[in-house]
Order: sequence, then structure tokens, then C-alpha cells
Amino acid sequence: MRAIEFRDVSYTYEDGDADGDPSNAQRGGFQIKHLNFAVEEGEFVAVLGHNGSGKSTLARLSNRLLAADSGEIEVFGTPLTKKTVYEIRKQIGIVFQNPDNQTVASIVEDDVAFGAENIGLAREEIGARISFALKAVGMEQYRNATIARLSGGQKQRVAIAGVLALKPRIMILDESTAMLDPRGRREIMDVVVRLNREEKITVILITHFMEEALLADRAIVMNRGEIVMQDKPAGIFARHEELLTYNLTLPRIGMIVKGLNAGGMPVSDTLDLEKLAGEIAECVS
Amino acid sequence: MRIVAEHLTYTYNERSPFEKRALDDISLTIEEGEFFGIIGHTGSGKSTFVQHLNGLIRLPSSRKHFHPKKPKRGQPAPPAPVLKVGEFDLCDRRTDFRALRRSVGMVFQYPEYQLFAETVKEDVAFGLKNFAEKKDRPRAEEIETAVREALAAVGLNAAEVGEKSPFDLSGGQKRRVAIAGVIVTRPEVLILDEPAAGLDPLGKREIMELLHELHRTWCKTIVIVSHDMDEIAENCTRVAVFKDGTVPYVATPKELFSHAEELYALGLDIPLTAKLTAALARRGIAIDCDFTTEDFLAKVLALKKGGAS
Amino acid sequence: MKDVAFGQYYPADSFVHRLDPRLKLLFLIAFITAIFLATDFYGLAACAGVLLVIVLCSRVPLGKVFRAIRGILFLVLFTAVIQILFNHGDKAYWGGPAVYWEWKIFAVTQEGIVLAIFLVLRLALLVMCSSMLTYTTTPVALTDGIESLLTPLKWLHIPVHVLALVMNMALSLIPVLTGETERIMNAQKARGADFETGNIFRRIKAIVPILIPLLVSSIDRAEELGNAMDSRCYRGDIKRTKYKKLRFGWRDLIAFLLGAALVTGVVLLRVYVGGIL
Repeated sequence: MRAIEFRDVSYTYEDGDADGDPSNAQRGGFQIKHLNFAVEEGEFVAVLGHNGSGKSTLARLSNRLLAADSGEIEVFGTPLTKKTVYEIRKQIGIVFQNPDNQTVASIVEDDVAFGAENIGLAREEIGARISFALKAVGMEQYRNATIARLSGGQKQRVAIAGVLALKPRIMILDESTAMLDPRGRREIMDVVVRLNREEKITVILITHFMEEALLADRAIVMNRGEIVMQDKPAGIFARHEELLTYNLTLPRIGMIVKGLNAGGMPVSDTLDLEKLAGEIAECVS
Repeated sequence: MRIVAEHLTYTYNERSPFEKRALDDISLTIEEGEFFGIIGHTGSGKSTFVQHLNGLIRLPSSRKHFHPKKPKRGQPAPPAPVLKVGEFDLCDRRTDFRALRRSVGMVFQYPEYQLFAETVKEDVAFGLKNFAEKKDRPRAEEIETAVREALAAVGLNAAEVGEKSPFDLSGGQKRRVAIAGVIVTRPEVLILDEPAAGLDPLGKREIMELLHELHRTWCKTIVIVSHDMDEIAENCTRVAVFKDGTVPYVATPKELFSHAEELYALGLDIPLTAKLTAALARRGIAIDCDFTTEDFLAKVLALKKGGAS
Repeated sequence: MKDVAFGQYYPADSFVHRLDPRLKLLFLIAFITAIFLATDFYGLAACAGVLLVIVLCSRVPLGKVFRAIRGILFLVLFTAVIQILFNHGDKAYWGGPAVYWEWKIFAVTQEGIVLAIFLVLRLALLVMCSSMLTYTTTPVALTDGIESLLTPLKWLHIPVHVLALVMNMALSLIPVLTGETERIMNAQKARGADFETGNIFRRIKAIVPILIPLLVSSIDRAEELGNAMDSRCYRGDIKRTKYKKLRFGWRDLIAFLLGAALVTGVVLLRVYVGGIL
């Protein structure tokens, strides 16, 4: 089943728009142009793009934080409109960039409860959902902790739990690892991969860490408000030259493969470290 | 300016339930001209250490009304801390800390969040005006020139962006303006806390290139705090590893990253080139590289040519 | 700065922690009333006794409760000194002269000393019982309690729910903003900014480079927070439920009776026994 589908969606930031990154406004307005894409249920899709390519706008359009100017968005077959927006927000959880900007309460369980309270669940159900959500992100022992004392990665896991308490079927991470240190980033990626595999939650991961995209089933590359590439991560990273024109780089391992090829060593376009080492070994022995 | 730290100790919230030893008897020397890297987890003491270097955190002995603690009877007195940045003795309260800050520039994490003035030019000039001696205020033309040069050094054109509001710039440009606002006083030492954090891959590469350019032209010594091991391996002359307020290792990237096990034990990663080198070693192929991509490729390709001939 | 002793939640699982926050709020009001009505040491002793029982039940360390006084130490000392120096009463409580020393408007009298002790005790009790409320009640429960007690205001179309939510969010933002202010101050200090010297105008001017970045980042913050709340289906008070429903249980009943007994006791003491003062 289709989890989410964008059909010919366009959006233009107006000057002084609350969400308009001033840098975009400065470039004379900013646009999402005729966006077409679909994500299947259970899929893990990475969205790549330089800063200001429109990838965060895509997240905000998908649950009508921003309303598209034209085109249609469907979530599990339901068109996204003013009327359906609250139903659809239950299905799509979004985790944002800054772990400090997503908490409404000082204690972990109170914050996780927020979404479940908003949709009017019964008290016992909310309690059960807090337990489920905190367990899913591995934070059950922090249920009564003060959020301000947690590390960045832990705060971001609480934010994920807050979204999970709504039992969404789709989860969008809007550069949620950008402000974390490597340890925090690893914590979040572990959680995300597990949610995708075990809870069968459809994941859309917006990131500019090329290495994170390697974990996805499929990657979408955005440039200046348009989707310019869609393929398996390996397929995307095989098109080096094209990526560079979109102001993106290869993951480190891709750069090394490219360097070896340029130097006349015919290793294949692998993104797997052990495989690459094996191929190098064959070439030199 | 050479940076010498010996027996540096610092405790946050001393004698309170939230007491935390951030630095525990650290000794570290950074030579003039280095591109020095500092790695370690959040909370390992690295930020506390770099904030000592320009006097944002003052040593007790440099504060007014300092009375050295008497050692308990039967225990030897703890060694006195030493902290010198070039000619500046940071243990001495007679030191001119303003002059120190002028020569040791500090770029914090996400420096774009310190921008405040109406125009880019004014913001860059802020430090210059602050550090000016009262008797000897720089003339408007002097400020203008210094600002223009600082902006040029970070790759921005003063004629183009100078009169704009800093808040109208793109993320990458804001960061450059913020760096210009620090180097405008021509510090000899430039310290940057995760200069590339939050930027996209291209922005990251541009910032690192910019730092190398500054290292060649403006600032003799550069110290970066980073979480990115590849970044460290590609750029740094030496690295210090921080762990719970101590510095267990100081070495060149080449030495450091050949000891993968020790770093893994600290929960730290190693660069990809070092992982590949180790994977090749397991297959019986030994290469001796310094873990920069360039050197790694050269050494691997040399093997192939050697095998062919 | 992040760890102010007064007004911080002390996590523990106790009878007092589990009490209905509304009751605790009302109890605090009753307690404060009792302290003010108590005009002699017996009354204060009764209050102190009740407070001691509460503290012991709450598993909050006694030392922590005493430490709350530190915040108003200056006020306490000031009050005491004023009392001792300016009281000209001639009541004698123990042997020896009622007036020890007198000079112009100043005097040291037995009555002054007794009153000073009395006032210091009263202030200390006030602060300790208020801090017991914040030690044993999470900010969320506290705002929930306030929201619930203020419910009558809803009939006047005052958005009580929003007020409570804003209070909550403000509380959770304090540590974040403190950290951020510290960071920005350090960044500007590194650029030679000087916040410590100069006259008042210079100092006010020196704050601008801190305030503006703080404002800018707060606007960003507010926007992201708003998006995060919307994404979690926030739509005001419509159909909203509460995870921590305030329920009045048997514990609350016991506490209520205790509180009522205390206030009545102090009032009776006052009416029938009269003060020793």
C-alpha cells in the first residue's frame, strides 16, 4: 500500500513567510516545483539535498504545517485537506532538528504524554503508550527524569518517543541527527532502523549525512525545490559527477573508490568496506 | 605563540551536589604553527580546556583575592598549574587579559548565533572596536579596511554583503561573517569549536578549505575541536584525545589512528582510511600511510604498480 | 545558575509526592494562613511539627529543606536586626532588665529579641513549606493543579488551559535559555565585549549584543516548537485529555483532615489561650 504520495505539488514561500529561511527569501522567493513521488508502506527512504534544497519543506508539506499551493498529497489513500489534517497528523510523526526545541514539559513522561493527550485518549491508554514509546527508543529507565539533564541523543530519543505515542505509521526525521555528536547520531539511527524493521513504521529520513543514507532502501535527491534523482543508495552514489552538480558529495567510501578507479585500479562501485578491502587485495596480489 | 598547559584542573559547581570535575590534572603543549585537533565525547572536558586558553575561564590564581589552599598535613602539595599562551602567563592576575583575547580568537559552536548588528560590516567591526585602546581609537578608514580584509579572508566581498543585515544571509554565509568577526583583530591563535557542525557536505568542505587558507595567511596556530575523525585525519598535525577530564593520548593522526582498539575502547571512531588499512592488513597487505585520503590512495596504487612490474 | 536550590523538584516516591497537587496548593495556603495566625511560639511549634511530619513522609532530606532558607537569608537577617534594634517594648520574659541598652531611636530589649526570634522562625517556616510544595510536586502537576483551581475563570472566557501550558513550557525552557545566554555571553566576551565595567548606560548598551542573538534564536525556537506541537496533534483544548488526572483519593482525605486540624488548632490556640507576646 502507498504510505504517502505527492502528486504535482508546488509551493512558493512568500517574502516574510514565517517559515521562510531568509536566505531563500533573499534569493528571490523559494519554490517547490511539481513534486511527484510516493513512498510505500514499510519503506525506508532517505531524502538528500544541500541546505535550502527544499527537503525540510517537503516534511512540512506532508502534514500541512505548510499548505501546498497546488497539487495533491495522499496519506494511506486519504487526501490531505483542511478537514483531514488532524487525522493525518496522527499517522505522520515528525521529529525536528533541535532536540531542545521539541519539549513542552520538563519531565520525560509528561512530554511523551503530550501528543496522546491531544488526541483525547483515556488515561490508561496514555500510560500504556508512554511505556511502549519509551521502550521502543530504549529510554524506559528515564521515565521520570528531567529532560534538561539528558544528553542530546537522549533528548532526541524522547522527542521520537513523543511522536511514537501517537502510534504513527509514518515517521519523518527532519535532519534530526544534524545537531548531535557521533554517539547521539548512532543512537538515533539504531532506533530508526529498529522502528522500521520491527514496528514496520515507514521512515522518511531527511539528512545531509551521506553515510546515513546508505542504510535506506531508497534515496531521493532534491535540488532547488525539485526531485532530481531517485534510486537505491548505491545507484545514487554511482552517479558521482551528477551528485556534485547538486552540491552534494559522495560518502567517504565512494570518494576512495573513485580515487582508486581514477588511479587505474578497477574496484567495483561498492559501499561496503570489507568488500572494497577484498577487491583491493585481489588487485594487488 | 606556543601554548603550554601543565597540571590544569577545573571543577564546576565546587562543593555543591552538582560538583563535576571537568579537567583533572591536564598537561598539554601546542606548538606554534600547528593545526591541532581535539577530540572526545561531549562532556569530556574539551570545551572547558579551550575556554581556558583565552581566559573565558580563569585560573584561580589569576583571580583577585586568591589564597592558595594549604595542603593537608602529610600530603604533598599538588603541583602548581601552569598555563602559558606565548608571552601571556594565565596564572598571573597582572596579565592583560584583553590583550590575550585579542591574540587568541575563539569561534564557538554555531557562531552564526552571535551575530547581532544591523549590518555585516558593523558586526565584524564589533571586536575591533571593543579591543581598541581608549586613547588610540582606530579611525573610520582603518576599521573599514580591516573589516574588508577580514571579510575577504573568509571569502566574502564587503561591497556585496557589507551593508546587508547579517540575518538576511544564508547559513554558510552567516558562519563566515561570524568567523570574520573573530579574525578581524588578527589573532595569532584561532580556536574553533566544531566549525563544520550543521553544514551540508559542501559547506563542510568549504569551511575546512577556508581554515587551511587562514592557517597559511592569517593565524599561525589553529586549534579545532571536532567529532569527525575523517576531518581530523585529513587536516590536523597532531591530535589530543580528551576523556573524562584527562588527556590519555596526544599524537599525530598517523600514530593515533593506528591504535584503533584503544580508541574503540573510549567509544571513539577511527577514520575510514584507517578502517580500510586495518581490513587490508587482515588480508596480509600492509600499507604505511598517514590516513589522509590522498596518501592512502597513493600507497594503495603504488602497491598495484609494484605488483605489476 | 542551572541548579537553584529553591523551587526544584526532588524526585522521590512518597505519600506527599503522590498527593493531589490541588490539595497541596490549598494546604500551602492554609499553612501560610496558620503561620500568620499563630501569634505565639506554641502556634509556630504546632506548624513546625506538622511540617516536620510532612518532610519525613516526603523523603526529602531535611538538609535540603533547610537549605531553601539560604535564598532569603539576607531578608531573614535584615528583619531580625531591625526587630532587635528598634523594639522599645518593656515586657520581661526572663530575669534581668527588660531593656538592655537604649540610645536615641535604638534599643535592645528582651521583647525585641523574642520578637526577632519569632519572626525569623515564621519566615523560615514560610519558605520551607513553600519549597516543600515545589520539592514534592512536578512542575506539570503544579500547573495542572493551578489550572484546575482556576477553572472558574474559564466561565469568564479566560484561557486557563493555555496559561497552564505556557507556564509549563516556560519552566522547561529555563535551563535551555540559561545555557544559551551563557554561550552567547562567552562568544561576545571572546570578541572583547565588557559587561562588568562602565556606568549604567554603558552597561545597558553592552547587553544589546546578548539580547538580539537571544531574541533571534528564541524566534527560531518558537517556530520549531510550534511545528513540533502541531505535528503532535495539538489543537488547543479541543477533546484533550490528561494523563495525570488529578484525583482526590484517601491519602488526600487524610491530608485534608490533618490540614484542617492544624488550622483549627492554631485558631483555637489564638482565641482561647492567647499569645505569650
